Amino acid sequence: MSVNNLSQLNGLTGNTPLHAVSAYHAPVTSISESLGQMSAEKIIEATNVSKWYGSFRVLTEINLTVRKGERIVICGPSGSGKSTLIRCFNRLEAHQQGDIIVNGIRLHDKMRNVTDVRKNVGMVFQHFNLFPHMTVLMNCMAAPMWIKGVSEAEARKTAMRFLERVRIPEQANKYPAQLSGGQQQRVAIARSLCMEPAVMLFDEPTSALDPEMVSEVLETMTSLARDGMTMVCVTHEMGFARAVADRVIFMDSGKIVEEGAPNDFFTNPQHARTKLFLSQILSH
Amino acid sequence: MLYQDTVESEVLVHKPWFIAAVFAVVLAVFMLFNLTGTTFGEFMRPVIGDPEQSGLYGRFAIAFMIAVVFCVNVVFIAFAPLNVQVGIVWLELLLLFLAFFDSFNLSLPFISENLPYLITQGVVTTIYVSAVSLVFASLIAIIAAVAKLSSNGFAYAIASFYTSFFRGLPLLMQIYLIYLGLPQLGIIMDAVPSGILALSLCVGAYMTEIFRAGIQSIDRGQWEASRSMGFGFGLTMRRIILPQALPVIIPPMGNMFISMLKDSSLVSVLGVWELTFLARTIGQPTFHHMEMLITAAIIYWIMSACLEVAQSRLERHFARSKVR
Repeated sequence: MSVNNLSQLNGLTGNTPLHAVSAYHAPVTSISESLGQMSAEKIIEATNVSKWYGSFRVLTEINLTVRKGERIVICGPSGSGKSTLIRCFNRLEAHQQGDIIVNGIRLHDKMRNVTDVRKNVGMVFQHFNLFPHMTVLMNCMAAPMWIKGVSEAEARKTAMRFLERVRIPEQANKYPAQLSGGQQQRVAIARSLCMEPAVMLFDEPTSALDPEMVSEVLETMTSLARDGMTMVCVTHEMGFARAVADRVIFMDSGKIVEEGAPNDFFTNPQHARTKLFLSQILSH
Repeated sequence: MLYQDTVESEVLVHKPWFIAAVFAVVLAVFMLFNLTGTTFGEFMRPVIGDPEQSGLYGRFAIAFMIAVVFCVNVVFIAFAPLNVQVGIVWLELLLLFLAFFDSFNLSLPFISENLPYLITQGVVTTIYVSAVSLVFASLIAIIAAVAKLSSNGFAYAIASFYTSFFRGLPLLMQIYLIYLGLPQLGIIMDAVPSGILALSLCVGAYMTEIFRAGIQSIDRGQWEASRSMGFGFGLTMRRIILPQALPVIIPPMGNMFISMLKDSSLVSVLGVWELTFLARTIGQPTFHHMEMLITAAIIYWIMSACLEVAQSRLERHFARSKVR
């Protein structure tokens, strides 16, 4: 990415809150690097995916491939189907048409063992959804112990490693309600990481947070991205998208309207709907 | 505390108009009764002379004294800290009750003579029947609650039929139906198992609804988080949902347990030698009805109080993850 482009970007997003930009001085990878990954193994492959709620069509023929190490940001207005789409990837929602293949396993109605998919797909929710009756440590140890059958000592070691990774090992023995929103979300990230998933899904991870806690969560996500984690993020943090994403996908009314490298996406959006969305989200 | 705010209102019973009103009401109420012939009259003899002769003046003087004592008592209690207040009021009400029972002229030797048997046979049977029913009812309830929430048509139909039937019939009727009806099908059960079966089925139906409400009160996000980590239905239920539903269902469960303890007295119609049955059969031939009934009543009350204490302990235990 040239210096020229960067300054253009900064010009476009000059009004975004400082915290969204300050954490990332440089893009995590260059475009050429991500082009090189095109041949990498496919983690998620969605072909012609459609979904209805009753007679209302939420997703219309979505095609999306996520390769190993790729970081994808999905944005769009509310109700555009972006959360629904990523919830289809671990089958919290069922799709009615098309194919979704996650980590080599095809998702379909008759599947017996959805756990095989889910233990390889981490998910972080908007409202954290930590288990309030368990300590932070236990939240992180639960899945490895009960799903993978890891010993307690081993699970504790893994949990502490990832709690250190999100920089809150000192909170390990507290209950979630004793933590701030930003801390809870970082615990939620650590909890997913403890399963060492092949891909992490983020469903608006910063939307329920106070403004000053957004950056601590985004920093955690950025550092994950640096370590090569495959990520699909639904987020409105455009600073994060610009710095971290390999591809930005814009959805509206259940369709993928536009898709591109962040550089092109932000400086030169093709569709009128994308332009409108970007002007609204960046000019508040 | 009813209002969770920090506004402190003036103490009601320290407002002159309120005390005046209470005084007037107490005075008026006791004026309605002629207490001159009781110990109150004897107590007031120095003021009103011979109680029998004092007439309206005597009535007024007695009611006046009672009203004064009552109001002074109330005003003074209001100065005490909260838990002392609660203690004093409890104690006073208890003394009033005892005075009320005492007015029946109960034969204490008869009570102390029969009390040991009432406890070793009656209380033990009551506790045995209730405790066993409680375990079965809880098991039935949890299965039925899950069935009622499931998308399986058969499970839902069976569970909702069950709750509808057993909540819709009087417990006494169910006890008769099971004890007298099942033998027609060739199933003959003793009185105690019949009673336990009837109680379990009936209380289980009510508890089904409590469990269902508790499970439904848990945020959908908990299910989603749990399922997204690969937990199956059973694991989610056991480790995530039920532990969180438990604090929600403890108060209504406490209600259920207490009412079941007392409903176990209905089993006495089958001739089970539990507390109520014994109290009746011991009291009847010697015309000491009241002695036995009051003793049994107090024993029931003590057992319920134990359950209340257990409930509040449990509530405190589960409040720990709500700390901030």
